[in-house]
Amino acid sequence: MSSTPASPLHLAVALDGTGWHPASWREPVARPRDLFTAAHWTGLIQEAERGLLDFVTIEDGLGPQSSLFPAPDDRTDQVRGRLDAVLIASRVAPLTRHIGLVPTVIATHTEPFHISKAIATLDYVSTGRAGLRVQISPRSNEADHFGRRTVPRIEFPDLALAEQAVTDLFDEAADHVEVVRRLWDSWEDDAEIRDAATGRFIDRDKLHYIDFEGRHFSVKGPSITPRPPQGQPLVTALAHDTVPYRLVARAADVGYITPHDTAEARDIVARIRAEQQAAGRADETLHVFGDLVVFLDDEPGAARARKERLDTLAGEPYTSDALVFTGTPTELADLLQELAAGGLTGFRLRPAVDGHDLPAITRGLVPELQRRGAFRSAYEADTLRGLLGLSRPANRYAPHAATA
Amino acid sequence: MNKPLKQIHLAAHFPGVNNTTVWSDPRSGSHIEFSSFAHFARTAERAKFDFLFLAEGLRLREQGGQIYDLDVVGRPDTFTVLAALAAVTEHLGLTGTINSTFNEPYEVARQFASLDHLSGGRSAWNVVTSWDAFTGENFRRGGFLPKEERYSRAKEFLATTHELLDSWHGDEILADQETGAFLRDAKAGSFVHTGQHFDIHGRFNVPRSPQGRPVVFQAGDSEEGREFAASDADAIFSRYATLEAGQAFYADVKNRLPKYGRRPDQLLILPAATFTLADTDAEAEELAKEVRRQQVSGATALKHLEFVWNRDLSSYDPDGPLPDIDPDVSDQHISKGRAQVRMYRDPLATAREWRELAAAHNWSIRDLVIETGNRQNFIGSAATIARTINEFVQADASDGFILVPHITPTGLDDFADQVVPLLQEQGVFRTEYEGPTLRHHLGLAHPDHAPEAAGV
Repeated sequence: MSSTPASPLHLAVALDGTGWHPASWREPVARPRDLFTAAHWTGLIQEAERGLLDFVTIEDGLGPQSSLFPAPDDRTDQVRGRLDAVLIASRVAPLTRHIGLVPTVIATHTEPFHISKAIATLDYVSTGRAGLRVQISPRSNEADHFGRRTVPRIEFPDLALAEQAVTDLFDEAADHVEVVRRLWDSWEDDAEIRDAATGRFIDRDKLHYIDFEGRHFSVKGPSITPRPPQGQPLVTALAHDTVPYRLVARAADVGYITPHDTAEARDIVARIRAEQQAAGRADETLHVFGDLVVFLDDEPGAARARKERLDTLAGEPYTSDALVFTGTPTELADLLQELAAGGLTGFRLRPAVDGHDLPAITRGLVPELQRRGAFRSAYEADTLRGLLGLSRPANRYAPHAATA
Repeated sequence: MNKPLKQIHLAAHFPGVNNTTVWSDPRSGSHIEFSSFAHFARTAERAKFDFLFLAEGLRLREQGGQIYDLDVVGRPDTFTVLAALAAVTEHLGLTGTINSTFNEPYEVARQFASLDHLSGGRSAWNVVTSWDAFTGENFRRGGFLPKEERYSRAKEFLATTHELLDSWHGDEILADQETGAFLRDAKAGSFVHTGQHFDIHGRFNVPRSPQGRPVVFQAGDSEEGREFAASDADAIFSRYATLEAGQAFYADVKNRLPKYGRRPDQLLILPAATFTLADTDAEAEELAKEVRRQQVSGATALKHLEFVWNRDLSSYDPDGPLPDIDPDVSDQHISKGRAQVRMYRDPLATAREWRELAAAHNWSIRDLVIETGNRQNFIGSAATIARTINEFVQADASDGFILVPHITPTGLDDFADQVVPLLQEQGVFRTEYEGPTLRHHLGLAHPDHAPEAAGV
């Protein structure tokens, strides 16, 4: 409708349980007893693909969900328990064709060697649609599940200690991503030669030790898994402050931020771009997406009424780190375009109730954005990097790498 | 014989890193692309096999200080492939090797419970151990584990994983949309484990899966390995695929079960086996010889000899006689990351024996490696192979076999089409799956209903 076509936006959805509202599981569309089945996840991700979305993220955690920050709660009225996000993504990969699959990975307690080969393999099983969302765990109860380190219990009066602890965990996450990325490059693309004449299956000169030595890890390499189809699967992270903005700027392909208005979006994007420049990545494409929780209904006022009804069931008003939107697809399209003016290249929407708000995104918001020329009308690339306009990176270890 | 016929268990091993695979064959496909795994798994399921098996590697092998380049190198991540295969199969069990040294119980328990949910109850774990610093160089903790502690860690790892999986009983999730009770019990998943290797506590966050726990497989032939299998495993992989050796191993392991309060049918014995199938027995014999020469090139033969001699033998002619020097018996081994090294426990004796064998038969280095190395276990027409497999199983040399074809991914196709129907005609192999889960295929009780569960 607009006379000047808006630049196309990228759209992702964040999947977590039956949705982001803690009472979402009580909605008739939610079918909470299916939450731990493959059918639940396949249905949601296929719906996202019908809406031509760029990718889905899948939340994860190495402990039960909790409404308290540093510890498990004793609630029985909310969804507790979840499946491993990488395995969910892999289970759904053969049943989808275009949509990107971005599971959450907790850097704090996992081995980068295992994560690197798992995400490389997700890239193989999805033929080029894999990514990861790196996250830290500052929860001491989750550290107790591993028993090989302690994480200082974060108490709000002592913010300096908390900040130091979190900074350390982000430093470790940055090293984790660095190790994972080096391992993806540790095989050159054409290392498998199958040279029957000499009997050599590989050219071992095209395999590389990564020899990473850091404060948190030392990893020798090379990977056990050859370089994945995308070369480098997508690395993403959610960021709320300077330390995580730096992780996004240094290590990620997509960062998620939580601005509440256009000015705040502009300010955060400027901070990330400055860090990106400082990290020497100014010429690389780094997407900054806005995160929003969405309640979407066609009837004006219906989404707000639905949120109130769910809040009553939950016993308290729902709050979030991200802006909580209630309204119609047209109003959401307006808001996204306004926020995008702050320098965002896309959005990761968190459906309040997956069974209701995800189809409202794919069947309401997407057509509205398409009418405005602000969203694709068909998948235009075969890989996730391709969908996001990211080229296939050259291999850092290859002497004369082609960027095919 | 009045004894009722035993039912045969069959599984398929997607070949990993070895010199069984004839990668130079024009029919040989990718070892990495998912389409290869999907074809292999669908063939195994079409043949009503019990399960597919994937091995694992955590460091590329080296020999003489260089990455070993003569065999297939590289493989995908075990859990990730198995989860994807759950999408393209309905019944086939999904078995993966996961190392108990370079992982943590909480994470492994989550992954197996997740795989079991996502496959509708088809997950199985081949528990292996490793201690070497060489592999450890890829992990945070390094190669810390003293060799003698590897089974103690493995046993405690497995027990801890079971404690985590058992921390949900299966009735906790109410998900009552009317009353708003999602959980019956706020403490679901609570666990405390205090032991020599793990000191952990908290809440496990995956609800109980269809099989309760993955089926547990074990591979390992040492005294400790056999005891570990007898006490803790549902199936053991062996490498004894000849009749007499198989029977001896079978009797030995099954006889260890009573002291753990277990019956003989609670542990299946499944040797790995290769096969060469052709229209006639004579054609199969010819083909088998050809395959062996493709598996063992001159370069491969020299590298194989180096395992025993523990020296660089690159100056020797593979078509010439064996070296007359003795093996180097120092602690440093020329080959790293390779399990086969342990097969030759007394290199001096092995070298002496091989020299005598080669002299007696006028064998070159390559001839010797071909003759003593990876033998095909079943060679013949479909009728011969079906008959032989059945004879082995009925004679208690095994409960079945894990078949490793030499061509990936189509090497199982002819077996599925030609041998399986004959076994079905003889009434010794299923024509339909018995139930949805791997425990059904293997005839194993669900852990919640097993006799020993009461004591857990």
